[in-house]
Amino acid sequence: MSNYRIQGAAGDWEVVLGLEVHAQVVSNAKLFSGASTEFGAEPNAQVSLVDAAMPGMLPTINAECIRQAVRTGLALGAQINKFSVFDRKNYFYADLPQGYQISQFKHPIVGEGTVTLDMGDGKTKDVGVERIHLEQDAGKSMHDQHPQLTYVDLNRSGVALMEIVSKPDMRSPEEAGAYLTKLRTILRYIGTCDGNMEQGSMRADVNVSVRKPGDPLGTRCEIKNVNSIRFVRQAIEYEAQRQVDILEEGGVIDQETRLFDPAKGETRSMRSKEEAHDYRYFPDPDLLPVEFDDAFIEAARESLPELPDDKKARFVEELGVSDYNASVLVGEKESCDFFEELLSALAAKTGKPGQKLAAKASNWVMGDLFGALNKASKSVSESPVTAKQGADLLALVEDGTISGRIAKDVFEIMFETGKDAEAIVEEKGLKQVSDTGEIEKIIDEVIAANPGQLEQYRAGKDKLIGFFVGQVMKATGGKANPGMVNQLLKPKLDG
Amino acid sequence: MTDLTKLTIAGARDLLKKGEITARELTEAHIASVEAADALNAYIAKTPELALEQADKADAKIKAGEQKGMTGIPVGIKDLFATKGVHTQACSHILDGFKPEYESTVSQKLWDDGAVMLGKLNMDEFAMGSSNETSFYGPVKNPWRRGDTDTVPGGSSGGSVASVAGFAAMGATASDTGGSIRQPASFTGTFGIKPTYGRCSRYGMVAFASSLDQAGTITRTVRDGAIMLESISGFDAKDSTSVDMAVPNFEAALTGDIRGMKIGIPQEYHLAGMPGEIEALWHQGIEWMKAAGAEVVDINLPHTKYALPTYYIVAPAEASSNLARYDGVRYGLRETVNGGGLVDMYEATRAAGFGDEVKRRIMIGTYVLSAGYYDAYYLKAQKVRQLIANDFKRAFEKVDAILTPTAPSAAFAPGEKSDDPIAMYLNDVFTVPASLAGLPGSSVPVGLDANGLPLGLQILGKPWDEETVFKVSGVMEEAANFTAKPAEWWR
Repeated sequence: MSNYRIQGAAGDWEVVLGLEVHAQVVSNAKLFSGASTEFGAEPNAQVSLVDAAMPGMLPTINAECIRQAVRTGLALGAQINKFSVFDRKNYFYADLPQGYQISQFKHPIVGEGTVTLDMGDGKTKDVGVERIHLEQDAGKSMHDQHPQLTYVDLNRSGVALMEIVSKPDMRSPEEAGAYLTKLRTILRYIGTCDGNMEQGSMRADVNVSVRKPGDPLGTRCEIKNVNSIRFVRQAIEYEAQRQVDILEEGGVIDQETRLFDPAKGETRSMRSKEEAHDYRYFPDPDLLPVEFDDAFIEAARESLPELPDDKKARFVEELGVSDYNASVLVGEKESCDFFEELLSALAAKTGKPGQKLAAKASNWVMGDLFGALNKASKSVSESPVTAKQGADLLALVEDGTISGRIAKDVFEIMFETGKDAEAIVEEKGLKQVSDTGEIEKIIDEVIAANPGQLEQYRAGKDKLIGFFVGQVMKATGGKANPGMVNQLLKPKLDG
Repeated sequence: MTDLTKLTIAGARDLLKKGEITARELTEAHIASVEAADALNAYIAKTPELALEQADKADAKIKAGEQKGMTGIPVGIKDLFATKGVHTQACSHILDGFKPEYESTVSQKLWDDGAVMLGKLNMDEFAMGSSNETSFYGPVKNPWRRGDTDTVPGGSSGGSVASVAGFAAMGATASDTGGSIRQPASFTGTFGIKPTYGRCSRYGMVAFASSLDQAGTITRTVRDGAIMLESISGFDAKDSTSVDMAVPNFEAALTGDIRGMKIGIPQEYHLAGMPGEIEALWHQGIEWMKAAGAEVVDINLPHTKYALPTYYIVAPAEASSNLARYDGVRYGLRETVNGGGLVDMYEATRAAGFGDEVKRRIMIGTYVLSAGYYDAYYLKAQKVRQLIANDFKRAFEKVDAILTPTAPSAAFAPGEKSDDPIAMYLNDVFTVPASLAGLPGSSVPVGLDANGLPLGLQILGKPWDEETVFKVSGVMEEAANFTAKPAEWWR
């Protein structure tokens, strides 16, 4: 589907991409110990005897992590395996206290599923998920704390990760970015991963290979631990070009593990296939296989909220929100939560059904609110105007208390001060004039003051009605109800 | 006053209850006998102050009418079990100086019942050995000698059996991965019981091979074994492989009545080259069973000959991974190389910290799990393990218990087999199959060989049926009337 090609001397090259995403499971305790998982604690403050691999300590499975993995699988429409096995992946490193990572190798908890990407203009692309397995995170080695020594922080050691392995279905940096974005959105909706890439709660290993379109798959390189969507795109662009350059010069690609250096924007070799570890996987004899029944799966399914794709469809089809607005709103859970809270408060306040309000409300959120937030470099969750306050403001427009134009001024003040719309309208006397008598009186004055224009209008210059509306609005300081002005003005002008 | 160290646990329990002795007296007598038994090298750490403190608490409990089977009973703890603030190093150099901040579930259960800890017991390094010659703290001597010649106490629970046989503990904790309770019990004329895998928690027990390791006890009588095993048994949420089954009153199973019971004799255990006296003793055991009214049935366990090779793939594989944590980073020994990095530290630490037998098993285990060899070794071994378990399952459809020799020889002299790993591994030929199948098994002392060394018979039961093992063991013990005692040369 993607037309992304790398132009080479010998023709176009296609890029083939697969992602392994490590997503930290949202749970209070680690995968196999009771230690806390909160981010930002003092080094080694959240380490149990099990996490530190003290002699004779044994892992016990945290059922919440199992449930979260099942929920994630269900959200991706994936096969849920009622029988799965934890294996040991053996290798030595200073921040891996046991000398092995407990992971799932042959029998993962989740099998094949799908992530549907939004590629703009209502186009979608399905990317296959190969599997999801649960595993322990390692600790953190800190090489910059001492001239000779390395310090180790085990707070993260044993924290549960889901490794979500895609099929090699992506063909461009954009698709890889869209995949990560969508996956992140889904995980955040269902609350199984906070998706915070800066804190390392979500990281991606990117598998890159290139080929002539139609050829079999080329040799791939794996770029480890890329921690932002932008870096994923950059790393792919660099790495694909590097491979094309080698192949065009008659070289071969070495299957290897590479690292992305964001400062230089390039990838470099970490270890070759020959240096690759032999992990000596085998079933962890300290743990029994994980087994659960259909009731467990159904309970997990019932706990899922409305998923982003379903939500978007509902916004468009039932609420009449534009496809573009719906995509943007659904894309960020916070934006969507804000919109839905605002809409329900607005419906409650005005007594009107959501369908009548949703399009306008979405325009306001996307336009006025996002514009102001952007300008102030704030996120939705930092908005000085709450969803409830926004609903109050829109309700004032809806019931004719203020005009749309005044609403913009009121919002500006709300955004600066955090005050409620009603208070601002009251305080500044911005209430819309909807008194027929008062408006008629002003119309009469305006007509009387502009006999020339009246004559031209009556001579056939219909467009001059706009001039009269403007004059009436001006005379009322913008407070006149524009609908009523239009309605009352015409018969008077027509005489 | 009689020598309190010669009492059985059951006997001491009754005297304590009647108030004829105190736990303090009993403990003081044992502290003295521990001191007098240094020549056995059974204890590698002694805790007399702690013992007296626990004894006083036990006396208070008894006074308050809260006595349990193990209250006030002085015991030794195999160095494999974590004991808070006390030497816990699995007799390995690599755990130098390690004193845990936690207590193993097995030892905690003993303390909860009021037992008294005399100290930590010597063992083969990481429980790898059948003669207690691989300990970093030197070999343990068997209280039983071949004339004037020292013999090994068996292994890996060598300190446990030597302390109990040498009257330097009334009972001892032990652990059995392939025979480490039963074989040394046979070598020292003591009673050893390994319960069903999952009966005792492995929490706080230094791991050798997780799917095989199981705690058990060494005592001088079957009844004492029943009392002590009941104390350490039970489900523990901290061990995923421990099983939530009610713990029966094992002592109540000692009815002495095995009439109508079917005892299986596996034909594959008639081993070529086995000493005639062991064959004869086995036959004697069969006769005793018949005399007690049991029906003796020949059975087949066709995969027996594969048990030892299977064990020596599965156990080292798990060990190679379990012992990866001893890396010099967090505790125990750390050897660094000037100007060296992390890998140099690993290599230096593990080279200096592990003994030859441990290194051998780590290398075997690493090999059988390696890419390209996994299917041929580890995976195949797991399949054979299942076949061995199926053999027992089929046999137990016909019989209630199985009777075999415990070991193919009596205690041998130090150094006799330590240069020949295969000869050493053959010691476990009768004990390993039941370990692979996770079955409960005991070794009951039944007689002496021509050199005056004890020999034991092994009794195996169905999973979770330790009661039958105890019942049959009790009848065997009574029939054998094994009253011989080692000459107390070490005192």
